[in-house]
Amino acid sequence: MPLLQVQDLRTYFHTRNGVVRAVDGVSFDIESGETLGIVGESGSGKSVTCYSMVGLIPQPPGRIESGTALFDGVDLLKARPEQLRQIRGKRIAMIFQDPMTSLNPYMRVEDQLIEPLLIHEQIERRRAVELGIQALKDVGIQDAANRIRSYPHEFSGGMRQRVMIAMALITKPDLLIADEPTTALDVTVQAQIIELVRRMQAERGMAVIWISHDLGVVAGLCKRVNVMYAGRVVESGLTERIFRAPRHPYNRALQKSIPALQPKGAELYTIAGMPPDLSKPLAGCAFAKRCEFAQDSCQQPVELKSIADGHNTACVRVQSGELKL
Amino acid sequence: MFRFIAARLLQTIPVLFVVATLAFFMVRLMPGGPFDAERSVPPEVERELAAYYGLDKPLARQYLDYLGQLIRGDLGPSFKYANRSVNEMIASTFPVSLQLGGLALGLALLFGITAGVLAALRPNSAMDYVASGISMTGICLPTFVLGPLLILVFALNLRWFNASGWFDASDRVLPALTLGIVYAAYVARLTRGGMLEILSQDFIRTARAKGASEARIIFRHALRGGLLPVISFLGPAAAGIITGSFVIETIFQIPGLGRHFVTSAFNRDFTMVTGIVVFYAVLIVFFNLLVDIVQVWLNPKLKF
Amino acid sequence: MTQAPPVTESDTSLAMAEPGSSLWHDAWLRLRKNKLAVFGGVTLILVTLFCVAGPWLSPYTYEQQDFAQYAQPPSAKHWFGTDKLGRDQLTRIMYGGRISLGVGICATLVSLTIGVMYGALAGFLGGKTDAAMMRIVDILYALPFTVFVILLMVAFGRNIVLLFVAIGAVEWLTMSRIVRGQVQSLRKQEFIEAALALGLSRRRIILRHMIPNVLGPVAVYTTLTIPAVMLLEAFLSFLGLGVQPPMSSWGTMIKDGAELMEEFPWLLMIPAAFFSLTLFSLNFLGDGLRDALDVRTSKD
Repeated sequence: MPLLQVQDLRTYFHTRNGVVRAVDGVSFDIESGETLGIVGESGSGKSVTCYSMVGLIPQPPGRIESGTALFDGVDLLKARPEQLRQIRGKRIAMIFQDPMTSLNPYMRVEDQLIEPLLIHEQIERRRAVELGIQALKDVGIQDAANRIRSYPHEFSGGMRQRVMIAMALITKPDLLIADEPTTALDVTVQAQIIELVRRMQAERGMAVIWISHDLGVVAGLCKRVNVMYAGRVVESGLTERIFRAPRHPYNRALQKSIPALQPKGAELYTIAGMPPDLSKPLAGCAFAKRCEFAQDSCQQPVELKSIADGHNTACVRVQSGELKL
Repeated sequence: MFRFIAARLLQTIPVLFVVATLAFFMVRLMPGGPFDAERSVPPEVERELAAYYGLDKPLARQYLDYLGQLIRGDLGPSFKYANRSVNEMIASTFPVSLQLGGLALGLALLFGITAGVLAALRPNSAMDYVASGISMTGICLPTFVLGPLLILVFALNLRWFNASGWFDASDRVLPALTLGIVYAAYVARLTRGGMLEILSQDFIRTARAKGASEARIIFRHALRGGLLPVISFLGPAAAGIITGSFVIETIFQIPGLGRHFVTSAFNRDFTMVTGIVVFYAVLIVFFNLLVDIVQVWLNPKLKF
Repeated sequence: MTQAPPVTESDTSLAMAEPGSSLWHDAWLRLRKNKLAVFGGVTLILVTLFCVAGPWLSPYTYEQQDFAQYAQPPSAKHWFGTDKLGRDQLTRIMYGGRISLGVGICATLVSLTIGVMYGALAGFLGGKTDAAMMRIVDILYALPFTVFVILLMVAFGRNIVLLFVAIGAVEWLTMSRIVRGQVQSLRKQEFIEAALALGLSRRRIILRHMIPNVLGPVAVYTTLTIPAVMLLEAFLSFLGLGVQPPMSSWGTMIKDGAELMEEFPWLLMIPAAFFSLTLFSLNFLGDGLRDALDVRTSKD
């Protein structure tokens, strides 16, 4: 049985300007110790998917309309708030995009770092601080015994993200959700953070969901990838297949628009048009309007279907075999 | 920390100097002297009195003498009350005002912060509207309207409290409430705004992701930052409470410094008025210094 | 990644640069949706009309005494009753309102003039001059100003012109800070740089770009200053230091009413109600304007 199994998750935001279908029928699962990447552009619903599972969607305006997320036998979407709170920060930990704003500027690193221990475990404060210092050492912070007394603003961005990781991993969670943790960092620091997560994962054997819009990062880190577009998963499968042999026109267009993968001097590929307005109902494929292969059949309801071993696509024309990408 | 306080103390010197100078000259330029009311005083007695108080000297000389006194902490003798110094009068009436002001400020913080936090937790809920409505009412019902109204209802009709006086504990209730409620309203507004701002920050999401309870999020993570606007409002609030005490002490006939100041102003008691103004200025300046220290202490990004 | 072209950005900067067009129009639409602000505005207009036009329709004058009719409760003859000298309370409320609103507006104009000129000057000159000018404001902020207004009123007689000059001289500080901050941030904004690069003259930049953009915050803060000023006037009048008899403002009427409230409560209640209602309306209107114009004042 997978560690986490998500089925038909729908999260809508009920705003004054209508219902925004931020996540519209997402299903996937992740095994213990596995790394799953979720890629997609801003607004494609990748973060909302993860926040929905752990109950971090502000409600209202958000509402989880349907779905299940079985985590070790518990449906996270129907769990009581206290039950979810006991899982959050203990068995499922998170790190976030901007380490500058994700740490509380008014609290010492020490108090924030050991907070998960104090909340979730029967532990003396002295012992918790010792564990905290060890956790800082583990993520490569020098002079941890002194640095733990500092405030977040006394750390650089990369160091703060290390603190975030130490904080997330201090309770030895089964699943780490990393929400674009390298986006706000310099390229060299990015590589260090990715390496750090990879090492910690190897040491502890936890599962990681890595959300990113940076295809390169995901390609280097994850075993499997979900590609999201307009609140839906349009293609999923082994990383190698997703990148080498895209089976959805959107994914294919994405790969084509990465400058580094194209010959020098060639004109940069861009996808025409804009993502659809999620507050308007979409009958068929969300990408059809921008798709160079779209036909009338794309207006019928779409579903993610397996086309090869562990490779799924939501493109109707690929599924039926009319379209070879 | 020590250097910060020393530097701030040095900065207060020009402020106090400006206050003392303005107060001195404004009072001396008043048409009419302090002894005008006593028409029967023969000219020679008046001359003697003037000599006693140094009023026969040139104005510049009087001013320098006064500054010299101030540096020694001496506010001079009263013109109206024979044989009593301004220092003595302040010493005997200020404790009353301090008690009233302290109670009012305490009430304001207690009610204001509670209401503000509750409103911020459920923005746009019924609770929020009730809290905002009450705070709006508080802002629009100034002390001189609220005071008489409270007396009318709770003292004259319900007879729960005395309408005036300052004898036992129950006499503290209405004045402190009247004086504090306006500030409770402001504090509630500021707390609500500050808390809403903080609760929308990323680090609150981090705290939630750690599995922190709502109570923990509010008290450990949000309150410290959310109260910063309230802290910076404490300076103006203290100044406002001093001003408010003039009205409150007049309405409730409380023998405090505020009422004494108003009476002295009417009586043209030169030295008394100047002395009290300087005293208030010192009070406000020191209170602001205290507020600054608290602010730095609460906000680790600021340094002493 | 594919991103939406930044259409909206250029749209807003155009709107900001074009005075009197969509910025004010949008604000007006937003204001109209805000029920409390509309209520405040309508009440304010009604109260003003009542105070300005009312006395012409009233059969009584504000000083006409009728000792046979002293301290009467509200009746068909005297809708709001009469005071202890037998004067018609309704007529006195109207006259008192003229004084209270008048002092509020005049004193606000005084503070507006000083504050805007001082703040704009500091913001424009910038550098050391600006720092020095704002330091002076900081020092003045620390002074117990109300105490000085009291001194001033005691020293120089209780004269109504002096009253609003004194109040105005106290209330300009915040206005100058707001204007200065606005001018400073505008100076750094790209559309001003763009205007400079296009070779627009300084005068034109000030007229077409600076003034329309400073106008919003100034309008908001002016609306919020009027109630603060009215409060100060009433406060002084309550202590007997403001408006002097036979003239009366709502503040003096509240004072007179408070002295007699045990026997004749309506003498306190009615002026207090008018005063609070007006403060209420002005504050709601000010808050509504602030939201509509999307201004952040330093108050919150």
